[in-house]
Amino acid sequence: MAKTSTKERATPATHEEKLAELKAHMAELQKQENAQSQLISILHKAQSLYGYLPNHVMDEIAQTMGIPTAHIWGVATFYHYFKLTPPGRYEIALCLGTACYVKGAAQILQAVKDELKIDVGGVTEDGVFSLAPARCLGACGLAPVAMIGEKIHGELTPKKVVQILKDYRKQAEKDK
Amino acid sequence: MDNTKKLTITINDKEYKVDPGQTIMQAADKCGYHIPRLCYHPKLSIEGACRVCIVEVEGMRNFIASCCYPVADGMKIRTNTRELRQARRDIVELLVDNHPEDCHTCERDGNCELQRLVYSMGIRHRHFTGERKHYEKDLSGASVIRDPDKCILCGRCVRMCSEIQGVHCLTQAHRGFNTVVMPAYNMPFAESVCSGCGQCINVCPTASFVEKNYTQELFEKLNDKSLIKVAQFAPSVRAAIGEAFGLAPGRNMEGQLIAAMRRLGFDYVFDTQFAADLTIMEEGSEFLERLQGNGPLPLITSCSSAWMKYVEQFYPDMLDHISTAKSPMSMASAMIKTYWAEKMKIDPKKILSVATMCCTAKKYEATRPELDVHGMRATDLVVTTREMAWMIKSAGIDFVNIKEEKPDSPLGLSSGAGAIFGVTGGVMEAAVRTAYELYTGETLIDIELADIRGFKGVKEAKVVIDGKELRLAVAHGLGNAHKVMEMVRKDRNRFHFVEVMGCPGGCIGGGGQPYATANSIPLDEEALRLRAQALYDLDRGKTIRRSHDNPDIQRLYREYLGRPLSEKSHELLHTHYKAKLPRGIVSPELKIV
Ligand code: SF4
Ligand code: SF4
Ligand code: SF4
Ligand code: FES
Ligand code: FES
Repeated sequence: MAKTSTKERATPATHEEKLAELKAHMAELQKQENAQSQLISILHKAQSLYGYLPNHVMDEIAQTMGIPTAHIWGVATFYHYFKLTPPGRYEIALCLGTACYVKGAAQILQAVKDELKIDVGGVTEDGVFSLAPARCLGACGLAPVAMIGEKIHGELTPKKVVQILKDYRKQAEKDK
Repeated sequence: MDNTKKLTITINDKEYKVDPGQTIMQAADKCGYHIPRLCYHPKLSIEGACRVCIVEVEGMRNFIASCCYPVADGMKIRTNTRELRQARRDIVELLVDNHPEDCHTCERDGNCELQRLVYSMGIRHRHFTGERKHYEKDLSGASVIRDPDKCILCGRCVRMCSEIQGVHCLTQAHRGFNTVVMPAYNMPFAESVCSGCGQCINVCPTASFVEKNYTQELFEKLNDKSLIKVAQFAPSVRAAIGEAFGLAPGRNMEGQLIAAMRRLGFDYVFDTQFAADLTIMEEGSEFLERLQGNGPLPLITSCSSAWMKYVEQFYPDMLDHISTAKSPMSMASAMIKTYWAEKMKIDPKKILSVATMCCTAKKYEATRPELDVHGMRATDLVVTTREMAWMIKSAGIDFVNIKEEKPDSPLGLSSGAGAIFGVTGGVMEAAVRTAYELYTGETLIDIELADIRGFKGVKEAKVVIDGKELRLAVAHGLGNAHKVMEMVRKDRNRFHFVEVMGCPGGCIGGGGQPYATANSIPLDEEALRLRAQALYDLDRGKTIRRSHDNPDIQRLYREYLGRPLSEKSHELLHTHYKAKLPRGIVSPELKIV
């Protein structure tokens, strides 16, 4: 069974396995009436499998469900929830929950944006980082908090977060 | 409720009796009130997005969009109060706030629905200085180019492309301020499922969609002394180009067009109608071949370029039904660069072959490498009716009053059958006239096929040739083409011969025809009918009404090609189609929301 959490995209299945699971999901829906209206559900499934919506997967959905690709694209771009680019190697989930907000999450966000030159929802050009907002990560005691990859970083300051990002980048370079 | 009972309403305090079951806008139209509108088009589903069409209805708290609200008995409607005028004006002002101030240098200056709307609202200056959207133009397509900055998001193109054309190339992607009309994945047009039909251009109220323009290049080349400039023009161009000069639809401007093209600098002006006759000779013979068991039936026509690209992407499994005969434009070009060049002892490399077409997809067709002759591009440039009209104006030629001229020989003389090629059903009618006589050796007396004339989406007819009943089908607009293809797929024996035209009404409704004028709408059915009538009249007025009776066609076969489907014909007049990606999705049920 492939993992469905978008945060741990580590290594679930091969492309073939993911596709098989997506197709099974579509086949199930096709038994229902109005299968085409299930597009959102299918896109959710695809994103949970792939971490985002690759074009070739949307092509698959189009062919299988008989839904024009442009229509799928319209829906996928309409909802902010759907990601259209692969997430960065490290996904930054920056907490904007109440506790973190009170402790200056907005400034942290600004620092991250400036450092990485991306917006919320974006991916850095080198593919190392992507940035997403998060609601309470359940670590309010450490506010302000960000989760980077699988790790929680707390008591952030703008300066501290920039340093942390630099460390991750070094790590990424080494891994290459 | 008795549906035939009339409703009593008042509009601006005057009482009217109107039919039930229509919208306020439709009722008002019939009472002589043209409520301003933008996203509404009678042929498309109602989107109700722009709110330009608001009216006041007594007892309702807010203004309502008249294009999507049904009229009801006793309704008291106001269309022109002070408050309404203000509100409408605000709505339109908001649209233009996010629109470039480009009119002077814009392709649609003077022909723009938005411009007219802004003017009629009394908006005389612009206040806005905020953020305006800016996107790259998509110049990749061979036929259609897209400038999102000019888009006001009325959605007409998206509905046209999906509901009428069944191509579903376009969508409104993203949301709010960031909404952009684009193909899937924001892919360049050249890589999309776009058929090049240009119907999005026809319905777009602004210059957000326009054809790829070749007028400057053509002006340059017309000045090039080293080239021999040869023109051809499609049947439907003559039936519509007058509209671009303020004439009523349906005036045949053939003679004026020829005269004007000579004044523009063309050395020879031929007529695509001649090549339409040639197409009929080849396609008609191909049909008879297949009827005798050589090749699959039904035979499906292939002269519409948008249709060809559509078929390659949406029905790649049915390509063996498609006629191998090239389109009249490509046949004419092939003959210009071989037969005619040899006859004139001209180096074909020195020939500039230019086609004026009612069609934007022909621009793409001209670039197809499989249509090259002897390693040369057959058609060097394609301009639309609109572009040609602009060139004539720009060159200061008095088009309307010019003395009519005749086309050049030997690729200029045409039969009536060649003329009706431009109307849905015309190719079929022309083919039957010739196939009948080639097959039976007898003369067909009643040559007008009433069943396949008119604008019904899919038309069916039967003719008897030599005791054999042949079933014919005709479709126009790619959405209808799709319907006919599904019929064929279900039952390959249902029809013997199928004609498909990619555009509504056939070439007369092509994506390159003149824009709708101030008091008309894009693809107005009455205008289409009048254009069609011009071609039918042209046919009736000719003594030669069958392609095989055209003496210049007979001469061409005698001197050069031998006979239809000869080796030489195959080399120069036939082609093959290949499956293309991306694969199109055939989805008739889905209405884009
Ligand atoms: S699209 Fe119309 S309103 Fe816009 S710049 Fe062109 S002419 Fe002006
Ligand atoms: S040219 Fe035709 S197929 Fe292409 S986007 Fe426009 S309407 Fe759709
Ligand atoms: S491109 Fe033209 S037709 Fe399409 S939504 Fe924009 S303004 Fe309307
Ligand atoms: S609000 Fe940020 S971790 Fe709870
Ligand atoms: S025309 Fe009625 S809402 Fe646009």
